[in-house]
Amino acid sequence: MTMTDYYTLGDPVADTKAPDGPIETRWERRRFGAKLVNPANKRKLTVIVVGTGLAGGSAAATLGELGYQVKSYCYQDSPRRAHSIAAQGGINAAKNYRNDGDSVHRLFYDTVKGGDFRSRESNVHRLAQISVQIIDQCVAQGVPFAREYGGLLDTRSFGGAQVSRTFYARGQTGQQLLLGAYQALERQIAAGTVTMHDRHEMLELIIVDGRARGIVVRDLVTGEISTEFADAVVLASGGYGNVFFLSTNAKGCNVTASWRAHRKGALFANPCYTQIHPTCIPVSGDHQSKLTLMSESLRNDGRVWVPKAKGDNRVPADIPEDERDYYLERIYPAFGNLVPRDIASRAAKNVCDEGRGVGPGGLGVYLDFAAAIGRLGRDAVEAKYGNLFEMYQRITGEDPYTTPMRIYPAVHYTMGGLWVDYDLQSTIPGLFVIGEANFSDHGANRLGASALMQGLADGYFVLPNTIGDYLAAGPFPKLDAENAEVAEARKLVEDRIEKLLSINGDRTVDSFHRELGRIMWEYCGMERTDAGLRKAISEIRELKAEFWQRAKVPGDGEGLNQSLERAGRVADFFELAELMCIDALHREESCGGHFRAESQTEEGEAQRDDDTFSYVAAWEFGGDTPVLHKEDLTFEYVHPSQRSYK
Amino acid sequence: MSLKLRIWRQADAADKGSMVTYQLQNVSPDMSFLEMLDVLNERLTLDGEDPVAFDHDCREGICGACSLVINGVPHGPEKATTTCQLHMRHFNDGETIDIEPWRAAAFPVVKDLVVDRRAFDKIIQAGGYISAPTGSAPDAHATPVPKADADLAFEAATCIGCGACVAACPNGSGMLFTAAKITHLGLLPQGQPERDTRVIDMINAHDEAGFGGCTNTGECTSVCPKGIPLETIARLNKDYRQALRASS
Repeated sequence: MTMTDYYTLGDPVADTKAPDGPIETRWERRRFGAKLVNPANKRKLTVIVVGTGLAGGSAAATLGELGYQVKSYCYQDSPRRAHSIAAQGGINAAKNYRNDGDSVHRLFYDTVKGGDFRSRESNVHRLAQISVQIIDQCVAQGVPFAREYGGLLDTRSFGGAQVSRTFYARGQTGQQLLLGAYQALERQIAAGTVTMHDRHEMLELIIVDGRARGIVVRDLVTGEISTEFADAVVLASGGYGNVFFLSTNAKGCNVTASWRAHRKGALFANPCYTQIHPTCIPVSGDHQSKLTLMSESLRNDGRVWVPKAKGDNRVPADIPEDERDYYLERIYPAFGNLVPRDIASRAAKNVCDEGRGVGPGGLGVYLDFAAAIGRLGRDAVEAKYGNLFEMYQRITGEDPYTTPMRIYPAVHYTMGGLWVDYDLQSTIPGLFVIGEANFSDHGANRLGASALMQGLADGYFVLPNTIGDYLAAGPFPKLDAENAEVAEARKLVEDRIEKLLSINGDRTVDSFHRELGRIMWEYCGMERTDAGLRKAISEIRELKAEFWQRAKVPGDGEGLNQSLERAGRVADFFELAELMCIDALHREESCGGHFRAESQTEEGEAQRDDDTFSYVAAWEFGGDTPVLHKEDLTFEYVHPSQRSYK
Repeated sequence: MSLKLRIWRQADAADKGSMVTYQLQNVSPDMSFLEMLDVLNERLTLDGEDPVAFDHDCREGICGACSLVINGVPHGPEKATTTCQLHMRHFNDGETIDIEPWRAAAFPVVKDLVVDRRAFDKIIQAGGYISAPTGSAPDAHATPVPKADADLAFEAATCIGCGACVAACPNGSGMLFTAAKITHLGLLPQGQPERDTRVIDMINAHDEAGFGGCTNTGECTSVCPKGIPLETIARLNKDYRQALRASS
């Protein structure tokens, strides 16, 4: 098949909301240019927020504080359980409390470079500016960040940076930040500005007269389908890493909210940009249901190595120093163990492909703390990483204080997502997308400790300022269930549920999901090739067809039915998986987390092709043949160069 | 290994419910407890039976969703471990394992092993926060916090809101959960202005939600996956008395 059999080319798309001129004042000028909503009118405007992680929780709370009527939805039993809770390492901010040369401009520069020059300068600069306020906000809420003996905040280094700008709360930074946002949200629920709908899942977007006006949700306890209306809809529904089945995401994480919006016209940008995290606990067997991350912060003090010789299966303590290959320190002397995630992951894959991997199946490398314990003492290491070491021991039964950890890369984060402009508005008027669900700030690779920063920047500071510009035209006409577009959205949901329940086949949904994940990991994982991606697309299509004939979804639509929930999510993952492979196939360059074997330097590093591919690939839904809209990326402040961490 | 599982099955909140026995073969010691249940559910699905409903999400011990009473102990036999991080290597071949939901008046059963824990959210709504509207914050270094206080606050703040403390308590009390939040916020300078109203309002919400009173049995802290210490309840009591005195 030729490339045009896979997709067609549409008109370019442009971000019309970002001001031009000096980058330092763009955000200030946009806020001044945005229309305001009179405080008395905010009460008359309703906003739906889907998801209660760092982005959704902070947005719902802040919109409530501003006086809007907010309806918040999550599939979990409480908003406090959103998967942001599991983020470990920290949150970046350009505070320069260390006086080590950090600045807003340096965080901006590091993030654009770390993203391998595939993100928007305007967005990233705004993110770096806001980072400073986020730390202030979280401290005021009582987030118990790590502190030094003088009572001031401690920071640490993270991959892709040479300054110490990462604020943290032991290995549970995401938990502490999320609980801060959750508590702010609960405060607004008590105040009556936010109504909370837990155990509810968004299954369709309602568009009336060209505007996003509501969602169709299923009450996961009663099974009731209802239509919910608003003047604007905000998706904060997270990333789509679970398309790989095995990932560090929570089991419930899914793409359904984003995918339903995509099917209704929202462009989906850069779906192939996925982040494979270098430090996860290796797979232990076929029963594996998820992968557990070991925070990247461990690379501050842990040294990564494998034996120099192939097939060396001595226990690590028996391998003498001169027979070990500290390959990151060897290949990348400037950054050593702190190279960005994509580089560390691929280096691990390469040494394992050479037959030098350790542990079951040779799919692992050592992360060794012996030197750090010798230098700092066991107590200091325990104070920094105690909970991570415990977690490792619980899962593997091995003690990382005495024997090196075994780690291997795993899918962790998705940089792609629904396309948004500078205001975080999608191509559907009134539909805003924030946090991991959008695509805008991380380019082709996200730096460590930047996801928390982006989620909170979007939720606390960006969206609450930009959404007013749209809502100033509201309130929009009242809707009811009789409206034709509303009824049609509802029917789509009901028909789909009925269809899933009526297949009554002989294969479980999880078995399909596992197989889909295997295809994606094999062909659309750490290394991608033209032939592999074509093969993946055809295998996914076959498997998808089989799913709709053979899947077994027990029970009915009344009441709690976890199998039905999973079936709907997996059905959407099939469609997303195809688009990811088509995106990866069309992007015949390597950049960040997207490594095409055909496009590498002589030393095996990712080779970008800026002349051809310096654009955002924004896809319009088109069934088997999606339509590609390109948004050109221009760089005025950070000049694209071959990334070098040597 | 092979196991005999006795699992609580209950169709919905109105159903009476009962223990049902299942045999499961070929369980790997490297499986997590929930992966073992996944295997059972795959089989039940193919056999045309209703799979066992249970709450779970992150499967790395931090979201607080998983909530099983295993052989009479919330989260099972391992100390400081959530159900999702419990591995089958801690059980023996041929063992019988009882699996039940959290049982407490404030946590009604939704289905099988799934319970409704929204009562915890109600307690937080009553005052488990610091009022700091977005944008109002001074510089983060404006108020230094002694490291010892910050560390203690952090330890209390690691509560995952799973509810094991309530399930273990003979009174069905949510005092450890409530005390963890009172301790976290009460130790920080930012938490002082609302300290008195917080503790009174949260205790009232706790009682209204149907949780029982605390009689210091200490079962809560012994099953807590995050090891929240019993002293947090002493701290809560102290704050409560102080707040009552201040308000009278």
